[in-house]
Amino acid sequence: MWEDIKSFASTFFVTGDPLIYGADVAIVLTTLAIVFVLTKYKKWGWLWREWLTTVDHKKIGIMYLICSLLMLFRGGVDALLMRLQLALPNVEFLHSEHYNAIFTTHGTIMILFMAMPMMFALFNIVVPLQIGARDVAYPFLNALSFWLFFFGAMLFNLSFVIGGSAESGWLAYPPLSEKMFSPGVGQDFYIWGIQISGIGSLATGINFLVTILKMRAPGMSLMKMPLFSWSVLSSCITIIYAFPILTVTLALLFIDRYLGAHIFTMDGGGNPMMYVNLIWMWGHPEVYIVVLPAFGIFSEIVATFSKKQIFGYKSMVFAMIIISVLSFFTWAHHFFTMGAGADVNSFFAISTMAIAIPTGVKVFNWLFTMFRGRIQLKQPMLWTIAFIPCFVIGGATGVMLAVAPADYQYHNSYFLIAHFHQVLIGGVVFGYLAGIYYWWPKMFGFKLDERLGKWGFWLWNIGFYVCFMPQYALGFMGMTRRLYTYGWDLGWAPLNLVSTVGAFMMGLGFVFQVWQIAYSIKHGERDTTGDPWNGRTLEWSIPSPAPVYNFAVIPQVKEADDWWATKQARANGTANEAPAKLEPIHMPKNSGIPFIMSFFWFIAGFGFVWGWTWWIVIGLAGVGISMLVRSFQYDTDYYIPVDEVRRTEASLGRAV
Amino acid sequence: MMQHDSHGHGEGHGSLKSYVIGFVLSIVLTIIPLVLVMNKVLSGTALVVAIMAMAVLQLFVQLFFFMHIREGEKPRYNVQALILGAVILLTIVAGSIWVMSFNSMVQ
Ligand code: HEM
Ligand SMILES: [Cu+2]
Repeated sequence: MWEDIKSFASTFFVTGDPLIYGADVAIVLTTLAIVFVLTKYKKWGWLWREWLTTVDHKKIGIMYLICSLLMLFRGGVDALLMRLQLALPNVEFLHSEHYNAIFTTHGTIMILFMAMPMMFALFNIVVPLQIGARDVAYPFLNALSFWLFFFGAMLFNLSFVIGGSAESGWLAYPPLSEKMFSPGVGQDFYIWGIQISGIGSLATGINFLVTILKMRAPGMSLMKMPLFSWSVLSSCITIIYAFPILTVTLALLFIDRYLGAHIFTMDGGGNPMMYVNLIWMWGHPEVYIVVLPAFGIFSEIVATFSKKQIFGYKSMVFAMIIISVLSFFTWAHHFFTMGAGADVNSFFAISTMAIAIPTGVKVFNWLFTMFRGRIQLKQPMLWTIAFIPCFVIGGATGVMLAVAPADYQYHNSYFLIAHFHQVLIGGVVFGYLAGIYYWWPKMFGFKLDERLGKWGFWLWNIGFYVCFMPQYALGFMGMTRRLYTYGWDLGWAPLNLVSTVGAFMMGLGFVFQVWQIAYSIKHGERDTTGDPWNGRTLEWSIPSPAPVYNFAVIPQVKEADDWWATKQARANGTANEAPAKLEPIHMPKNSGIPFIMSFFWFIAGFGFVWGWTWWIVIGLAGVGISMLVRSFQYDTDYYIPVDEVRRTEASLGRAV
Repeated sequence: MMQHDSHGHGEGHGSLKSYVIGFVLSIVLTIIPLVLVMNKVLSGTALVVAIMAMAVLQLFVQLFFFMHIREGEKPRYNVQALILGAVILLTIVAGSIWVMSFNSMVQ
């Protein structure tokens, strides 16, 4: 009996590495601390009522934000561990398997559990406010999406201390990811973590598409809609068509592993290259899914801080829509070296380069917007300005990679690593950080401190170039990716050391940002106006933080940048605003079902990972029952009476 | 909120009968290829064509019985979505065949 337990525990828990034991202790202590604080201050009920069951898009957005920042931390620590290992030749800090697990985890977390939720955070926080709506189209589904993401991410992260992490790269290419070569449960944690959160991502895509198409304030025709909302629309279109491909591909991989099929195996009629083909049909659109909203953010910020209307609004819209469709026609550039013929490679080389055209249009539009504008270098604008050169270099090296014959040299070298980090950090991360700084006062009612923020900004920016520029050269010198160590004889040591220094500068930048948030909670400049940046779009017309119902009266939109026009008219005394007439406001009720249902998905996923039939049965039954219960719920909404709206508005300093 | 506004007009979302028909049809269309493969009724090109045909029929069953493709108002977003969907579907299928075609020469 005792022996059984011991042998079970040694396969169930990850053992043998002091780093992991340290992490185990940290996890247990943090959990205990959270439980203790919640119990001591009697906050369990509050947590359940205000957060776990909420369907309010603003709170869901904040929860996405918190999770994504935690994931940025975890992915960042992974990155620093890798850079430590590579700092000098023959370092014996991580052994090869541990290094493999870390780059796999880092890549997966950064894309799926950091970038995606940070993007959804901004969708949730901004879109309804920007289009003058009181919530998203399907608030219940929105909560469900969040909890599916949350439990999917939990499942994936758990593999670090339970069962062992996946080791076959962030896209899990077979045959390495097949049972024969990855017999452990790590790969299954990967599959189920992504599958469960993937359902949530797809649902969010649908939710925001419908919200934008159907719930804009009266008068806001599509061509008067702010560009961030347009970017969300184009990103959602891409999500809706791309995510099912991911789900199907991973499902096929799981069938191979779980039922012993031969879809992607080397023998039995399977073909691993088909997996590579399919996964990139999702993978390439995915990078545009995450970068398009960043483009939208930059457009808002550039206009606000240059005090000008965005240059070339229409071309911006068309560029984004073209990008979201074209992104489905470039996938094979990720495997030029697979051996498809010259015809295939030339088609995909040209389609890839073609995407640079709409992207270039956008860059020029941002520059022309700034041209002769009254530019204010506030934090959001700093990140935007830093983005432009970074993204342009990243784009240029991307076009270099797109030259199919030359790619035979660059493929899977550090040149590639430098390229994609440049577009992912310079484009996506800088973009989302800019967005977070910009909309932070709208979320929380105070600004983030400028001084600490500048430290963070410069450390990130200098650190970025110090870290990744040497990697382009290392790529040319023959250093390949996913390499856990190298010898002195290769001459790679100096550049690698520099690169590691840069990585730690970025890490320090993140520390400053955490400090900045902590400091600003107490000392940050309060936003009492609701319009701290002198903004142009509707979200700045309401108090910060926005009341539950967002708009006491739904605005009547007349122009693009409507709030700016309203302010101009008020200043000129030409505004003729009819006195607002309040009506009871129709709102969705909170529900615990999204949380519970996602929890059962977690149970089912855990069962699939370990092959525990009972867990699968209980999990899936729980999911089914949750759906059934929801189908028979009719009491899902309520009205906020006029009195209460009036009182709330008055307490926020607004007379209606 | 959309889902609340739609309370009043619950009609037009298909009857029980149409749901049951759709359900039965999709089960039948799923079982046919399974039987074809398990019992080795067909093989080679004939089998592939049969499976593809069932898949396409399945697609239409889903669209008409569950997704209510005939309903809808202006602007016709569902038509636009379908056209884009068809283009991307074509890309996935034809594109994969094209990209992977070198494989038959290699093996
Ligand atoms: C904070 C700065 C970052 C540093 C220092 C860093 C460093 C690294 C390193 C050392 C690797 C492994 C290279 C190898 O051995 O092949 C890597 C891989 C990767 N990183 Fe980062 N990274 C950072 C941020 C990010 C971000 C923000 C993203 C995405 C949004 C990202 C996505 C990836 C991906 C997808 C891989 C490939 C994983 C694989 O090979 O399977 N990284 N990164
Ligand atoms: Cu790509």
